[in-house]
Amino acid sequence: MTSVAVSGLCKAFGSQVVLRGLDLEVADGSLTAVLGPSGSGKTTLLRILAGFEHAEEGTVALGGTVVAGGRTHVPPERRHIGYVPQDGALFPHLSAADNVAFGLGRTERRGRRVEDLLGLVGLAGQGRRFPHELSGGQQQRVAVARALATRPGLVLLDEPFSSLDAAMRAEVREDVARVLRETGSTALLVTHDQDEALSLADEVAVLREGLVAQRGTPEALYSSPLDPAMARFVGDANLLPGDRRGAEVETALGRLPVQHGGALPEGGRAVVLVRPEQLALDLGAGKGIRATVVESQYFGHDMVVTLEAEGGAGRLRARLSSAAPLAVGTEVGVQVTGPVAAWPAGDSGAAPSA
Amino acid sequence: MAVAGIAGPLRRIAAGRRRLPTGITTAAALVAAALLLPLAFLCWQAAQVGWGELQHLLARRLTLDLLWNTVRLAVVVTVASALIGTGAAWATERTTLPGRRVWAVLLVLPVAIPDFVIAWGWVSIRPSLSGLPGAALVLTLGLYPLVYLPVAASFRRADPAQEEVARSLGRGPFETFIRVTLRQARLAIAGGCLLVALYLLAEYGAFAILRYQTFTTEIFSEFEQGFNAPAAAALSLVVAVLGMVVLASEGVATRAGRQGTVQARSRAVSRARLGRAAAPVTAAMAVLVGLAVGVPVATIVYWMGSGQRSTLPAASTLAGAAWHTALYSAAAAALATLAAVPVAILAVRHRGRMAIAFERAGLLVEALPGLVIALALVFFTVHYAPVLYQSAPLLVMAYAVMFFPLAFVAVRASLARVPPALEEVGRSLGRRPVSVVVRVVVPLVLPGLLAAFFLVFLTAATELPATLVLVPTGVQTLATQFWAYTGQFSYAAAAPFAAAMLALAVVPTVLLGRWFDRLPTGALSR
Repeated sequence: MTSVAVSGLCKAFGSQVVLRGLDLEVADGSLTAVLGPSGSGKTTLLRILAGFEHAEEGTVALGGTVVAGGRTHVPPERRHIGYVPQDGALFPHLSAADNVAFGLGRTERRGRRVEDLLGLVGLAGQGRRFPHELSGGQQQRVAVARALATRPGLVLLDEPFSSLDAAMRAEVREDVARVLRETGSTALLVTHDQDEALSLADEVAVLREGLVAQRGTPEALYSSPLDPAMARFVGDANLLPGDRRGAEVETALGRLPVQHGGALPEGGRAVVLVRPEQLALDLGAGKGIRATVVESQYFGHDMVVTLEAEGGAGRLRARLSSAAPLAVGTEVGVQVTGPVAAWPAGDSGAAPSA
Repeated sequence: MAVAGIAGPLRRIAAGRRRLPTGITTAAALVAAALLLPLAFLCWQAAQVGWGELQHLLARRLTLDLLWNTVRLAVVVTVASALIGTGAAWATERTTLPGRRVWAVLLVLPVAIPDFVIAWGWVSIRPSLSGLPGAALVLTLGLYPLVYLPVAASFRRADPAQEEVARSLGRGPFETFIRVTLRQARLAIAGGCLLVALYLLAEYGAFAILRYQTFTTEIFSEFEQGFNAPAAAALSLVVAVLGMVVLASEGVATRAGRQGTVQARSRAVSRARLGRAAAPVTAAMAVLVGLAVGVPVATIVYWMGSGQRSTLPAASTLAGAAWHTALYSAAAAALATLAAVPVAILAVRHRGRMAIAFERAGLLVEALPGLVIALALVFFTVHYAPVLYQSAPLLVMAYAVMFFPLAFVAVRASLARVPPALEEVGRSLGRRPVSVVVRVVVPLVLPGLLAAFFLVFLTAATELPATLVLVPTGVQTLATQFWAYTGQFSYAAAAPFAAAMLALAVVPTVLLGRWFDRLPTGALSR
């Protein structure tokens, strides 16, 4: 069953076209991330779903009922959605508990529902505090509880974590994802942060120029992106030139197995994607292609090493679960693990530069 | 190509779908129409006089004299107000002046004292004061707060980082003040100056007391001496045009100054250490407050003390006048605030060509002196609705029209501080638009609505010329009764009425000052 079905959505602001025939489906009970750079139309999509904006063409169905399309425009208050805007937008004149209770009826407001919701988002007993007495993360938690209070059929989250600082962001977004799963909510999260989309969502839809360019599970998106540009957008990427040889490609890093390269003609030129964590370094300098460390970024939990490889592979980025930092100038051997993605050369954004 | 192909039809649809809330738009249109009525009446009246007659009336030597009197006074008072207002703002906001919080309150007080009371205070201690020097002195003392208030706010919110960068680049404190601080405040200074010029054009009472002839005094005497309608209309037209020129130049100044955005202030601005200069700066503040506030207050106290029991008015006269003043002012304040709401909602939430047109109609009223508005209404009612002539509803309506800009600016500023996301969240939680307005918007803009109400109330309570023209027969307000007694030189009898006006105006002024301080920069600019 699908909670959200969007088809052929078009929207323009003046002469600026934002959505050009967008299609999207969201499965019941799933958390879908809409990922896109700024200006890709992701917030507009969300606002059309909520009913704050009118689409020029296309239809929106929520839970099987058309709420926008043709002459139909169900107002926001009758769509039964939960909305968590960018900065939370708590009502400044109401306490946390009153914010959560805003959408509830008189009887529910007096019951345990409000306190239960506050407890769910980790703010038990904090209901009497006002928005200005809460931290940014706490405000976002209240905003999520408020959106869930009416048991909405769909929760819309508009970059809800972008205004939080890095340390708090990770904690709040894990909690929010947990709460959404525990309540079995169907949710659509709009974000420009790839890490956020990949780590939180069951499914990710990447928006490009007003269309869904690719949609899939985080693993599928990361391991087999649509094209080289998509490969770079969803993560770090080494893009190498290569030649098709059967089920493999011949590259400067050796013959590599291709995942499912059906579109590649035999012997044709190809662009090959090697993710940084697919590179294994051998400090004994025996195995693999010889390379020299030219830059090393140490993060504690892991490190990213930039290598200058011999034999035409050029510069490579490798991500290693770190033992000790590698000094610049260290000589290593480089090997590729696992299958790679490849596209015919000359595709959009194919120039290998990483 | 594909983009252009799609954009064409989409744009057309977009234009067709931009919807405005019908109820609010209708209400705003009615308000805008009502606000334009006085101007329409004035033009109509002028048209009836005829072009040839108008030319004849305006080609008199008198017109030129009045123009010269008005322009030279405007220049002197505006320049003096700019210097005094900016200097006082610097002293209270950017120096370590002792007692600066108290000074900040005292320096604003003259704006709450009607200019005709300041003029009366001065004339009663120096009866020879008159003409240009007298008018320039009294009006500068009464109007410099209009520069002080916005400039002090601008100084307070200035980004200290800009000054620090200038200092780090080798500029001294004085050069930094001139090249960075004053430049940041120039929009506030220009806005204040133009407000001074507008108030000056509208002033009547102080000029009458100081025997300084301007358009307003001449229009008023034409009206009094048997209601010479054509001459009054011709002169009113000139004042209206002058007012619009000032208003237009304010628009130009605001647009020109809008290049930089003011950052949210994160730290307090630095203050210059006065050291040994503290004494002379304190003395200057004391002299300024003494001349502007001390003189009229001392005069009132003196005359109230020296009055014989027989020359003092009966308590019932005073109570009656105070009651009518409060009644008319409160009714006008409620009406103006109510009228400002739909126009402000359109201007803030649905800003389009229509919203801007309504907003301009509202602010155009500022160009018309109250006397001109009142006479236009008199002309209309005498000829077409004699029932309304000198009736309480007409006076209330005149006040509401005259002071609509005050209410509008306050309502719009508070509405602009409510993020649209709050309304959207409210609706997403299943609340209908009306319910969202009641439960979210109203509680948040309530302080702004109250500010608008009090702003109009205290301005109307001290209004003189329009009240003299429109007050219902047999009724006296504080201002008209004060005026009647001073006209007979019964200063002891007049003093209690001045005291009542001050009591009515000073408290709201102090409260309003605190409210405006909390507004973000530029919220009150047009």
